[in-house]
Amino acid sequence: MLKKWQDLEIGGINFNTRNSVKNDLKYLETGKKPEFNHELCKNCFLCWVFCPDNAIIVENNIIKGINYDFCKGCGICITECPVTGVHQPLYIKNDESES
Amino acid sequence: MEVIDGNSAIAEAIKQIGPDVVISYPQIPSISILESIASFIANGEMDSEFLNVDSDYSAMSACIGVAASGGRAFTATASQGLALMHETLFIASSLRLPIVMGITNRALAAPINFNADHSDSMAQRDSGWIQIFSENSQEAYDNIIQAFKIAENKEVRTPVMVGIDSTFNFNVHENVYVQTNDEILEFENKPDSNYSILDIENPKTVGSFCTPDYFFEHKINQNKGIESSRKIIKDVGREFGDRFNRYYGYFETYKLEDAEFAVILMSSAAGIAKKAIDAMRKKGEKVGLLKLRVFRPFPYKELRESLSNLKSIAVLDRVLTPGTYGGPLFIETMAALYGLEKRPLVYPYIYGLGGRDIMLKHIEDTFDDIKKSFNNEKSNFEIKYINLRE
Ligand code: SF4
Ligand code: SF4
Repeated sequence: MLKKWQDLEIGGINFNTRNSVKNDLKYLETGKKPEFNHELCKNCFLCWVFCPDNAIIVENNIIKGINYDFCKGCGICITECPVTGVHQPLYIKNDESES
Repeated sequence: MEVIDGNSAIAEAIKQIGPDVVISYPQIPSISILESIASFIANGEMDSEFLNVDSDYSAMSACIGVAASGGRAFTATASQGLALMHETLFIASSLRLPIVMGITNRALAAPINFNADHSDSMAQRDSGWIQIFSENSQEAYDNIIQAFKIAENKEVRTPVMVGIDSTFNFNVHENVYVQTNDEILEFENKPDSNYSILDIENPKTVGSFCTPDYFFEHKINQNKGIESSRKIIKDVGREFGDRFNRYYGYFETYKLEDAEFAVILMSSAAGIAKKAIDAMRKKGEKVGLLKLRVFRPFPYKELRESLSNLKSIAVLDRVLTPGTYGGPLFIETMAALYGLEKRPLVYPYIYGLGGRDIMLKHIEDTFDDIKKSFNNEKSNFEIKYINLRE
């Protein structure tokens, strides 16, 4: 929901800056980058639209994975992916368990 | 009591308030404000940082930096300098930075002129700043003291420019009541560093980009600041009066209560208008004056109340805004009165451009003129120029 004008901060100041000291930038902080499981992918292209670095690889109109030369691990693609649940097409590999 | 000119009165007020940083670029004729402050600092009378910059544009940019860091900033300029600041003025007001600036109102070129004229301040009337005009050195001093308190109010947080007339204020030495440092210290706010970008414990972004999703909302939010100042300006004026016995509001009325005809104007010309009214009152004429002090926010409701019983009004603008029907003060006064069922007739006059004198007889002639127009069916509503060779 977009805020009403009454709810905005004075002078448009952003008090909630994405600062790694103050905020938990979970993907960036761990230095991890998303993995891709093509079996769960619905090919909706949302990750491709939202990736700020154009790091989602597309071949013949099909999402193929992530170009790790350009992926910065921001996790936006994971947030935007509509497939939710235990198993997701875009996920962060946990060191202890498999997925 | 001291005998000082308008610029020195502003410098005196700044010495007592002691902003964190005074930013200086020499502009004629506001330079003597900054010169006085520089010598106060050099003599150890105040301990503000004195920052010399390379243009008026840089001066306002530095003010923005100081204020965004939670400091108190002051600068002074005039005419071309204020025009050069134009872009940064909008940034200061929309970031809601409580900067205070002294303006020695001077004509804008061309031709180049150093004398009194409101074209510099009037060109900035939509910049989102609170605009206060002073009649004399005493008002210049008092207005600067109040300006910090208004600007720094939590509800307001909007920059304030205080104008005095070049030549008529800054060359004229007058008696000025100067309060003691303790009195001023007690009157002023404690600075609020809540919004400081230097607060590393609470990082924040100031002046970021904004898409159409939010821009409209941000602008309306900004407007709330200057709208809230309507009440605060009144409150601060009253508190100032209670403490120092000199009361201030949006405007000063002079013999207006029972008047039939009135003149509206701003700044130094009010002195001569009062003299003219005294002389005309002796002859039994019902004339009065409204001297506007606060031009932004424009006190339209209060003007409507004060002017509703008049027969006709001459609005005197000390600025030429080419191609408009009358000056800004006339246009805004007309708009304010339009809501009334029974309206006084309002006539536009332009006077005093580039320091042209306005004398007793000019005010008297203006009153005669609007009286004649009022009694004449086919009255002339065209703009008239006072003391112009034509
Ligand atoms: S983590 Fe960020 S940069 Fe990497 S693919 Fe996803 S959206 Fe693109
Ligand atoms: S957002 Fe998820 S489902 Fe859609 S294409 Fe990307 S990975 Fe596949």
